[in-house]
Amino acid sequence: MLSYDIVVVGGGPAGLAAAIKARECGIESILILERAEFLGGILGQCIHTGFGLQYFGEELSGPEYADRFIRQVEDLKIEYKLDTMVLQVTEDKKVYAVNKTDGLLEIQAKAVILAMGCRERPRGALNIAGTRASGVLSAGTAQKYVNIDGYMPGKKVVILGSGDIGLIMARRMTLEGAKVECVCELMPYSSGLTRNIVQCLNDFDIPLYLSCTVVDIHGKDRVSGVTIANVDENLKPIPESERFIECDTLLLSVGLIPENELTSAVGISIDRVTSGAVVDEYRETDHEGIFACGNVLHVHDLVDFVTQESQIAGEGAANYIKGKKEKAKYISTKGVGAVRYIVPQKVNLNCSEDVKLFFRVGSTFTNASVVVKHNDETIIKRKRPRLTPGEMEDVTLKQDMLKNFKENDVVEITVEV
Amino acid sequence: MIRNIICVTCPMGCSLVAELNEQGEVISVSGNTCKRGETYAINECINPVRSLTTTVRVEDGLYNVVPCKSASPLPKEKIFDCMKVINSTCSKAPVAIGDVLVANVCETGIDIVATNHNPTK
Repeated sequence: MLSYDIVVVGGGPAGLAAAIKARECGIESILILERAEFLGGILGQCIHTGFGLQYFGEELSGPEYADRFIRQVEDLKIEYKLDTMVLQVTEDKKVYAVNKTDGLLEIQAKAVILAMGCRERPRGALNIAGTRASGVLSAGTAQKYVNIDGYMPGKKVVILGSGDIGLIMARRMTLEGAKVECVCELMPYSSGLTRNIVQCLNDFDIPLYLSCTVVDIHGKDRVSGVTIANVDENLKPIPESERFIECDTLLLSVGLIPENELTSAVGISIDRVTSGAVVDEYRETDHEGIFACGNVLHVHDLVDFVTQESQIAGEGAANYIKGKKEKAKYISTKGVGAVRYIVPQKVNLNCSEDVKLFFRVGSTFTNASVVVKHNDETIIKRKRPRLTPGEMEDVTLKQDMLKNFKENDVVEITVEV
Repeated sequence: MIRNIICVTCPMGCSLVAELNEQGEVISVSGNTCKRGETYAINECINPVRSLTTTVRVEDGLYNVVPCKSASPLPKEKIFDCMKVINSTCSKAPVAIGDVLVANVCETGIDIVATNHNPTK
């Protein structure tokens, strides 16, 4: 059996940043386990720019952003294994993994950092009627075909879902010569960035149909078209509005789900809104010494925030190993009204730093206030010109505020118009 | 002439209205909530530019293609011409980040550079 101080599950932006930070905090024995044949995770296929504006203050493409961290991992001589699938993590922090050269690996860790990322919601999660013709892909799968494998999965495309991946793929397919017929969005608004709607759709005259969805998929061997329909205020399709659009490809960009099978199997508590683990301010789960960070914890809109969160988890894991963890006396955080969720879900009153609370709202607001309450008393109030579901927000709990709290208190965040 | 433009300088996404005279000069910009919006609208009317990211074929590479970007934003109307040139290009592995794959694409004075490594197969 192998043994390491820290085993990091996943070598994407979260795993890399967590491992680097843990090494900087003095932990020598670290192993990253990565399922793919390269480090960097999904960034390798995200060839568009817009990464790193927050963290590096410059606009990088996905591979360039990843490369900066991969180089650090190499320079710091942090060990990693590629093409390695983690099968199980146990409560006593044994990690079972398998690859072609080592066979089955049994690794005893002192701390485990879960950084498995997320995956796309598939067709099966949508219950779209129709045939099983080929040509129905998730937007991310199409992105891998085009940007890594170098071939086009279709010529005439309909995209369902107007999240950023869908919008980016609309532009990418168009640049490579495909005709993107339209993007359909179930909701009355797009969850994508305005910048992407302008530069990925408007620039190429690709129509965006809001309150519209795909109700049928046609085709025998290959998709021959889809039926789309407008939806009413209850998101139910309106039969009279059905129309046929000829296409050979349907791309689905309908949301991301944290990949938490390993987490659940340990028995770690999962937040029903984030679909990620319930964690404290160091991103430690309710199982001591097991941490989670990045998109496996909650889906982020910017990789820059993934990096920052994972550094917190890396430091937390290092402190845990060095026995520097403060005695836990938790308060919990709770999103109220428009605030859908908060990470971390609990904060240790004995922690020695200010704690940033990250949260997401459920609808769009202009000129609203973010209000933090403790025992019905407002302790923070911050004006925000604009709040949208697509952009993560944060407020900072100062350490001197924590002094006034008692164990098991609840801190609430809400939006006031 | 009136042009409606959505500002993408920040996440606010203000709806701007630019008024142009017959010579194509911008006479006025409205709807902006900050100075950057005005600059954006004027640039969109007289010289719209876009960053281009795409891929270039690689011979003998571990992967068939390598991702690349324009070293600075290209004139918007030349994007598809640049795509044609880029798609008729083939690089030879190994390719490293920052390698110039197409120099001075479409006489724009702007290079297409690799944004990832692609080692030899």
